Amino acid sequence: MKQSDFKIIKNTPLTRDVYEMTLEGDTSAITAAGQFVNIKIDGLYLRRPISVCDAESDRLIIIYKVVGKGTRIMSELGEGVSLDILTGLGNGYDLDKSGDKPLLIGGGVGVPPLYNLAKRLIAQGKNASVILGFNTEAEIFYAQQFKALGCDVTVTTADGSYGVKGFVTDAMDKDYSYIYTCGPEPMLKAVYARCNSGGQFSFEERMGCGFGACMGCSCKTVTGCKRICKDGPVLGKEEILWQK
Amino acid sequence: MAEMRVNLCGIDILNPVIPASGTFGYGYEYADLYDINCLGAFSFKGTTKEPRFGNPTPRIAECTAGMINSVGLQNPGVDRVISEELPKLARCFDKKVMANVSGFSIEDYTYTCERLDKCEQVGWLEVNISCPNVHGGGMSFGTSPECAAQVTKAVKAVTAKPVIIKLTPNVTDIVSIARACEDAGADGVSLINTMLGMRINLKTRKPVVANTMGGFSGSAIFPVAVRMVYQVAKAVKIPVVGMGGVACAEDVIEMMLAGATAVEVGAQNLINPYACRDIIEDLPRVMQKLGIDSLSEIIGGCK
Repeated sequence: MKQSDFKIIKNTPLTRDVYEMTLEGDTSAITAAGQFVNIKIDGLYLRRPISVCDAESDRLIIIYKVVGKGTRIMSELGEGVSLDILTGLGNGYDLDKSGDKPLLIGGGVGVPPLYNLAKRLIAQGKNASVILGFNTEAEIFYAQQFKALGCDVTVTTADGSYGVKGFVTDAMDKDYSYIYTCGPEPMLKAVYARCNSGGQFSFEERMGCGFGACMGCSCKTVTGCKRICKDGPVLGKEEILWQK
Repeated sequence: MAEMRVNLCGIDILNPVIPASGTFGYGYEYADLYDINCLGAFSFKGTTKEPRFGNPTPRIAECTAGMINSVGLQNPGVDRVISEELPKLARCFDKKVMANVSGFSIEDYTYTCERLDKCEQVGWLEVNISCPNVHGGGMSFGTSPECAAQVTKAVKAVTAKPVIIKLTPNVTDIVSIARACEDAGADGVSLINTMLGMRINLKTRKPVVANTMGGFSGSAIFPVAVRMVYQVAKAVKIPVVGMGGVACAEDVIEMMLAGATAVEVGAQNLINPYACRDIIEDLPRVMQKLGIDSLSEIIGGCK
């Protein structure tokens, strides 16, 4: 983990309420795809944890959806603004287990962390396929960026306005060696039920600190209590105990 | 040279800054970030007789200038704290640690304290009496002078280490409870624990934390904490450890002027993991600015 200041280079909407923010700063603490950063926002008490979409040399890209006060303020920040950010938080995805044909499944704002993961898998010569699930065509983002990496991309929309009609699980009829996924919990549960390989699932929880000190985001797993922020957010399929 | 040393219940500490229980784990998350030997001491995660998972999530809610937590005393239980956490801590902290203890019955408290009493690393026992008393209808031990005194006496009987009773602010008269602890033999009191709070999600109309209510902490509660520390310090002769919303070196000085011998820093660690180190580094500057040579001289110095 590292605390440092980042400068906003770009902060623009990808859809009506999903924004892409590019920042410049020290990304050296970010060591794995699927990690997150925790951002201090003026006027708010707790930091806001946001997953890393991509990080390379001194560039950090995050994608966030405006859902409350914190993300609203973030969406209004302009170029040149400096942000105090904790980087390198969480375990991230383990690439070693992917096999030759990993399948990456993202839903809504669960899509971003899969971008850097896909990039890393492709760099290893893996044949990565991606299923991106959205509610409707207007909410789709990053499908082109995944294609540009060389992934086989399937988009699903719940209302059928684009791609496969239905949920990400309706596009899972393909041959895959391993699953990496991130998205809302009902989606993770559905993917878990359909998954016939090993897999890694990235979870979300309301956090206090984001670095393992406060026990605000604990969950029960097969192997005992885990902190989503420190021992997660990525859990192996075999560890997951569905609570709710 | 700025003299920051204070004596807390017979133990000299480098400075009065002590990370508060529940915000600093068992120390080693922070030891990855900075040398935690700069701390006066620290109060480790509230420890109970049995392991506890705590409350369901979400456990955290944002508030104006503060936060609510309903972690619910998640900890591995005293036996594992002694066998696993303390040896790990020993590798990164060479000073006395404050053992924070919680319980749901008198027997819980004595069981846990008896075991921690045998640990060389433990300097003080900080006894959290804000938990519900399962044999007393669920009322918190800390809300009645009689129950507070009962816990104090029972714990004092099983340990030779200084016992600091951590008081809840969710009472009508905190002074009477502090006095009851002093009369029952407490070596010190620490205050304030979190204030009971609640937030409601406007869209779902449900409480933000799964446990409905939780402990409110952060900068917003600082004035309440200063007031209570002031009132208690005036009423008792034993040392008072002040806490509640402390975020900077100036806040430490203010707490000490109110009567605190040492000062715990809680929620601020969660938003700035370097908070305690930063405060300790900034204290000499603030002392010089205010013409303070020695921190121990300003304890209770509010005119």
